[in-house]
Amino acid sequence: MLSDSDLQAIWLTVRLAGIVTVILLLIGTPIAWWLARCKAWWKGPIAAVVAMPLVLPPSVLGFYLLLAMGPHGPVGQLTEALGIGRLPFTFWGLVVASVFYSLPFMVQPLQTAFEGIGERPLEVAATLRAAPLDAFFSVAVPLARPGFLTASILTFAHTVGEFGVVLMIGGNLPGVTRVASVQIYDHVEAMEYADAHRLSAVMLIFSFLVLLTLYAWRPGTKKGA
Amino acid sequence: MKATTNTIDACFRLDWPGFTLDVDLALPGRGVTALFGHSGSGKTTLLRCIAGLERARAGRLTVNGEIWQDDRQWVPTHKRPIGYVFQEASLFPHLSVLGNLRYGMKRVSDAQRVSLDHAIELLGIGHLLERKPDRLSGGERQRVAIARALAVSPRLLLMDEPLAALDLKRKQEILPYLERLHDELDIPVLYVSHSPDEVARLADHIVAMEDGKVLANGPLSDTLARLDLPIHLGEDAGVVIEAKVAERDRHWHLIRVEFAGGSLWVRDNDMPLGHRARVRILARDVSLSHGKGEDTSILNGLPASVSAIADDTHPAQALVRLDVGDTPLIARLTKRSAAQLAIQPGMELWAHIKAVALIG
Repeated sequence: MLSDSDLQAIWLTVRLAGIVTVILLLIGTPIAWWLARCKAWWKGPIAAVVAMPLVLPPSVLGFYLLLAMGPHGPVGQLTEALGIGRLPFTFWGLVVASVFYSLPFMVQPLQTAFEGIGERPLEVAATLRAAPLDAFFSVAVPLARPGFLTASILTFAHTVGEFGVVLMIGGNLPGVTRVASVQIYDHVEAMEYADAHRLSAVMLIFSFLVLLTLYAWRPGTKKGA
Repeated sequence: MKATTNTIDACFRLDWPGFTLDVDLALPGRGVTALFGHSGSGKTTLLRCIAGLERARAGRLTVNGEIWQDDRQWVPTHKRPIGYVFQEASLFPHLSVLGNLRYGMKRVSDAQRVSLDHAIELLGIGHLLERKPDRLSGGERQRVAIARALAVSPRLLLMDEPLAALDLKRKQEILPYLERLHDELDIPVLYVSHSPDEVARLADHIVAMEDGKVLANGPLSDTLARLDLPIHLGEDAGVVIEAKVAERDRHWHLIRVEFAGGSLWVRDNDMPLGHRARVRILARDVSLSHGKGEDTSILNGLPASVSAIADDTHPAQALVRLDVGDTPLIARLTKRSAAQLAIQPGMELWAHIKAVALIG
C-alpha cells in the first residue's frame, strides 16, 4: 500500500503534531487564561498578535521565522550561542515554527472555555480555601475540559495540515522535515499520481474523522449548578 | 479604635462609577447579623469586602481580634477562616455532592470529620451525597452549598441572600434549616437579605443600609422599633419580640407566649412549653384605644404607654411607638385617629393586637 517513505512522512507528521500540541498545551494555557481574565488595555494587541497566524499567509510567517532563526536573526544567534546550532531545516526548527503557526488554534478555544466558566466558581474555590493555582487546577481545568479537547484536536489537526511554513522553514529532507503534505507535493511533482492518491486519501479520511469527532461528539454542556 | 475580641470591626471605602460604599461598623462577634437593604444598597458589596472577594483600597477589618485588612496587610480570601454562601448555590458541576462538601474541608488543616457529618446532618442532605449537582432541586442545591460552607469549620459565616434565587416553596423548605443554624451554631453569621420576613425570623442584630451607607446598626427588636429610621419596610413595619411558650389551652387550641412586659395568646402550633419563640407584630395589626375593650373579637389587649409619635410614609398615617413593660411595639394609625385619641408621649393606652405571627 503505502511506501516506506510515505509511512516515514506520516510518522514524522504525527510526531510533529503531537509534540506541537503538547508544547502548545503548556504555552497556550497560561496565555488563554490571561487573555480570558485580564482587563488591561494591552490585552487587545496581545490577542491580535496571537490571532495573527489565522490571517497571515503561511509563507509570510515562515519568511520572518526563517530570518529570525537564521544566522543573523536574534533566535539564530541565541541558538548558536547556546550550542544548539541553527534551527532552519531541522525537525526542531519545524516544531518552533509550528508552535507559532498553530498558536491561535490552541489559545482561542481555551480562552472561550475559560471565559465561559466565569468568575464565580473561582470565587467559590477561594472561599473554600483554594489558593489561585490550586483553584486553577481543581476547578478551572476540569470545567474547561471540553475546551481543552477541542483546542488539542484543532491544534493537532491544523499542524498536520500545514504546508507553507514547513516548506519555508523545514525544506524537504526525508525523515527530518518531509511531512505528509510535502510528500504529496513531491509525488505530484514527480508525476506519481497513484502515490499521491493514496497518501491524499489517508489525509482526507484523517481530516474527516477529526472533524467528525469534534462535531458529532459534543461534550454534554452541563450547566453550572 | 482598639479591636476587642468579640466584635467584627469593618471600615471600608470603595468608589465605583455610580456607587460608593462608605461604612464604619462594629458588629457583634456572635449571633446572626442581618445586612438589610434594597438591591443596590451595598450590602452584598460589604459582604464581599469582608470575604476579601472585593478589595476596598481604604479599609480596615478586624474579626474577633484578628486583622484581615488594614493599611499594611491584606489577607487573601483563601486564607480567611470564612464560610461563604452565594445567592446561587454555585456548586462545582464536575463534582458530586460529597466531592463539593469535601473540596473545602480537605484544604483546611484543622477541620475535623465531625464538622462534615454535623453539616450533613444539620442540612438534611445525607441521602444526596452521591448525586451530581444537576440532579438536585434548587432547594437541595442551596442546602448543599450551605453545608459546604460549614464543612470548612469557618469562624465566620457569610451568607449572601441564600434564599433570593428560590421560589416561595423552596424558601419555606430551607428556612427551618437556617433557623436550626441560628440555634445551633456558635459562630457569628452575617446574613444579607432584603426580605423583612427572613430578617424577622433569623436575625439577632440588624444593619440597615442604603446607597452604600449604614442607616442603623443595632439589636433587632430595638432597631425595628425605632421610628426615626427610614428603614423602608413599608407595609412590613413592625417589631420582633423574643418570647417563651408559657401555657397551653387545649380547649381553645391556643398557647400563651410570655415576653418581658406581657404575654399574648396565639394559635397552638405544637411548640413545647418553655420553648423559645419569636413573635412578629406588624404595625398595621396594632390598634389603640383608651379602654380595655372587653367587647371586641381581638384576643390580645396589652396596656401600653406611648413613647413617641412619628410620620409614616403616607401623609395620612402616623407611627406610634409604645412600651409594653420593657418591650417596644409599633402601631400604625391614621393621623385623624391619633388626633381623636389625643395621643401624646407618656399617655397610657391599650394596644389591641389583631394578628401575631409566631416564628422560629
